[in-house]
Amino acid sequence: MAVDPGYAGRVYPPTAPYEVGREALREFAEAVGSAHPAHVDAAAARALGHPDVVAPPTYAVVVAQRAEAQLVQDPAAGIDFSRVVHADERFTHHRPIHAGDRLVTVLHVDAITTRAGLSMVSTRCEIADEAGEPVATVRSTLAVRGDEGAPA
Amino acid sequence: MSAPTPAAVPVGRPALDDLVVGQEVARATVDVDRARLVHYAAASGDRNPIHWNERFAREVGLPGVIAHGMWTMGAAASVVTAWAGDPGAVVDYGVRFTRPVPVPDPGAAQVEVVATVGALDADAGTARVDLTVTAEGQRVLGKAQAVVRLR
Repeated sequence: MAVDPGYAGRVYPPTAPYEVGREALREFAEAVGSAHPAHVDAAAARALGHPDVVAPPTYAVVVAQRAEAQLVQDPAAGIDFSRVVHADERFTHHRPIHAGDRLVTVLHVDAITTRAGLSMVSTRCEIADEAGEPVATVRSTLAVRGDEGAPA
Repeated sequence: MSAPTPAAVPVGRPALDDLVVGQEVARATVDVDRARLVHYAAASGDRNPIHWNERFAREVGLPGVIAHGMWTMGAAASVVTAWAGDPGAVVDYGVRFTRPVPVPDPGAAQVEVVATVGALDADAGTARVDLTVTAEGQRVLGKAQAVVRLR
């Protein structure tokens, strides 16, 4: 099954709020090897001007992938995860994510292009707080091999 | 409430004026083993079996279990934020995933991260840090650039 190019341009409704927890930030920071005290110690974070412990720069992927699931887990979109390779990822932080944030994400499917049996699916997650103030923009591209593409 | 600790005192942060384009600002070698991938899978919610199940990884044509590209991207970011002195200082960070990082069992893969100053923007108060990220001498991330706000 091929990726359906008709999904390009689609904009999904805002997600339910994702609440950022201190322990979730601690676990993520440990997993990526970031020992900075501002991930775990609210006083250290406040000394840097943050209201609470702060997220590592790539933590926003956790929020984004919940929104991206609306596309990649939609059988009609034709994204077979055993044929997917992550091609690129980019985070633009309008402000740091911190514990206590309640984040709402709008998923945009920016482009779907297919060439020689390889589909490139580019998505953009606009992450905002509950008041609508922008927090982060997460851009991601998946490369999806078609049925005829032999595995490497 | 956390009690004040010595770690809560802001440590020295690099100053924009002290940086020169081309300057190496950080270098680290990070080990990644299967346990690390399971930890990342749990912390990130990315439970794709290619990152923990050898049989599944081979069935989809991989040489074996590979690291999450997002783990590698995150580990490289940790090198940048440790240098910058503030995890919230990274305002933009993008990479391309150019090559997977196979993670053996037993043992570990080594990912080497070298951060150099790619550009300076005095008006914006930012430095672009370019990252060379390799495993077994081959680049695993391409166009890896982090824009960091400094004072």
